[in-house]
Amino acid sequence: MGLDIKIPIGAMFLLLGIILTIFGLATLHDEMYSISIGKNINLISGIGMVIFGSFMLLVSDLVRKKKLVDEDALKDDVLKKDD
Amino acid sequence: MEIFNLTWIDYSIMIIYFAFVLGIGWALKKYMKNAAAFLEAGRSLPAWVTGLAFISANLGALEVIGMAASGAKYGMATVHFYWIGAIPAMIFLAIFMMPFYYGSKARSVPEYLKLRFDEKTRGFNAFSFAIMTIFASGISMYALALLMETLLGWNFHMSLFISAFIVLLYTYLGGLSSAIYNEVLQFFLIVIGFLPLVVVGMVKVGGWDGLVEKLAMNPATAGMHHSWQAISPEHPMGGWMGIFFGLGFVLSFGYWCTNFLVVQRAMAAGSMSDARKTPLIGAFPKMFIPFLVIFPGMIAIALINMGDENFQLPIKGNGYDYDLVIPMLLHRFMPTGVLGLGLTALMASFMSGMAGNVTAFNTVWTYDIYQSYIVPGKPDRHYLRVGQLTTIFGVLVSILTAYVAKQFNNVMDFLQLIFAFINAPLFAAFLAGMFTKRATGNGAFYGLVSGTFSAAMVHGLTQPEGAQTLIKGGWAGAVLQTFPSEMAQNFWIAIIAFSVALVVTIVVSLSGKRTKSDAELKGLVYQLTPKTIDDSKHWYQRPVFLAWVVAAIAVVLSIVFW
Repeated sequence: MGLDIKIPIGAMFLLLGIILTIFGLATLHDEMYSISIGKNINLISGIGMVIFGSFMLLVSDLVRKKKLVDEDALKDDVLKKDD
Repeated sequence: MEIFNLTWIDYSIMIIYFAFVLGIGWALKKYMKNAAAFLEAGRSLPAWVTGLAFISANLGALEVIGMAASGAKYGMATVHFYWIGAIPAMIFLAIFMMPFYYGSKARSVPEYLKLRFDEKTRGFNAFSFAIMTIFASGISMYALALLMETLLGWNFHMSLFISAFIVLLYTYLGGLSSAIYNEVLQFFLIVIGFLPLVVVGMVKVGGWDGLVEKLAMNPATAGMHHSWQAISPEHPMGGWMGIFFGLGFVLSFGYWCTNFLVVQRAMAAGSMSDARKTPLIGAFPKMFIPFLVIFPGMIAIALINMGDENFQLPIKGNGYDYDLVIPMLLHRFMPTGVLGLGLTALMASFMSGMAGNVTAFNTVWTYDIYQSYIVPGKPDRHYLRVGQLTTIFGVLVSILTAYVAKQFNNVMDFLQLIFAFINAPLFAAFLAGMFTKRATGNGAFYGLVSGTFSAAMVHGLTQPEGAQTLIKGGWAGAVLQTFPSEMAQNFWIAIIAFSVALVVTIVVSLSGKRTKSDAELKGLVYQLTPKTIDDSKHWYQRPVFLAWVVAAIAVVLSIVFW
């Protein structure tokens, strides 16, 4: 199947991470964080998810570029043999 | 009892997740050109995808909720379901069994049974498996709808139909590959969604040392942080024998090595090497899942011991309702935002349980029942269409089962138990069939039937301590043995069923003539199959090396949490 699942996974966590980060920033020092032992858990989780999502997208991109380079090299080989 | 107040941000997270799930199904729709693409994912997926799907298909919500409950009841001893109750079987599947499953070109576990043994053995397995998966999927739906009703005050019927519709949509669009790709997404969501809860909970109780200290505050829960030390014949898990042979050998090998729900994920891999690596790649996260699901159970107990005034576990009967450990912890520690994330992770795990069962049902129904007994010999397009329609049919029957479960809760417990009886004898038939060429179709069939029957009889003649209904056992009139818990009873039922099945398979096989020649069994039996040569580029990518690493980590973890 031609779907690279790293892209939707990366995109979803990046999006959710951005939302949680913004929400975390908007609710800095909000008293609702008393239940999560005083930590702004939305901000922390949001940043973590942004990093994870970006990492997935980055890996997907690197793999794709490497594949393109490999295919080009293969084509060059074939062309040389034809000559 | 609505206990959660969700805000727009929680709902946004849920909606985004569902949009991605359906989007993946939609993106895969264009590849669904033949039955193999729809029902076998075209045998083209990379090993890391099938590996994560392999454990994610098993990481249904009943597992998450059940393991957290067990963590609260038995503490670290629950890890026996992982380090001894899963890892050895996953290694065995990868190294010894996968070459036959993948190499035989069988499209399903029942089809392998047909190639190795005969038609009736396949039929027995295909029908029992089809019914079992539909029930499992229906029970998942029921449990999800019930939980949403209790926690969020959502309408039971609405939750049931919406979740069924979403699962139907993405499995109908993209078949097995859609279920597998979504399982990978769900895997990450479950880990990332529960991680904040575990971290905050652990910090609250004072880390590992604090947890041990707080568990020791109550004599009844002291020492719960040990996995092996507390094990004795009186322990609810029923002593070393029960754990090693019942759980670690029969039940675990019966599940991981013969259940098509998980084996199907490995069979969808793109090459023999990837198929063998699937269970091993899955084993790495599997070893660490206990920290995500068992720790919450122990944190809940520590909070109760500490007298934490913001945490309560509802009472059920004469004890706590342990099934609510995860929801109640979410309520205790997670503010709006991450709360939505945690609840979405919980829903994701329910849905992966449903979708996994629906796709496994599809393949077995279409290939092993419809194509074999009802309408054989049609062109491929016909079976693609049947596979798609089976998805709708499977989800509809699951909904029906969910309502049966709502009406007759005990009946469902009983049925689940009956089907649990089928796995142990099945593994006996597989052992005899894969590793001796002498085992015959008659031997396997009568082994399966007698094993299943003896399991039912042992259940009828034994009871767990304090059993009040006949569903727990003892319905045959006399109680010959009482076990410290239902779990210990199950382990021993499995041991006996397996032994009876193995003996009957061997005796019946030896007393009849061989029905298949060496040539027919090539690729299906160990002695008659050339040794698999792995084509991995580097030595550290080879299945055997990975298997040793997995085994070593499991041993180290067991020693650390002794």
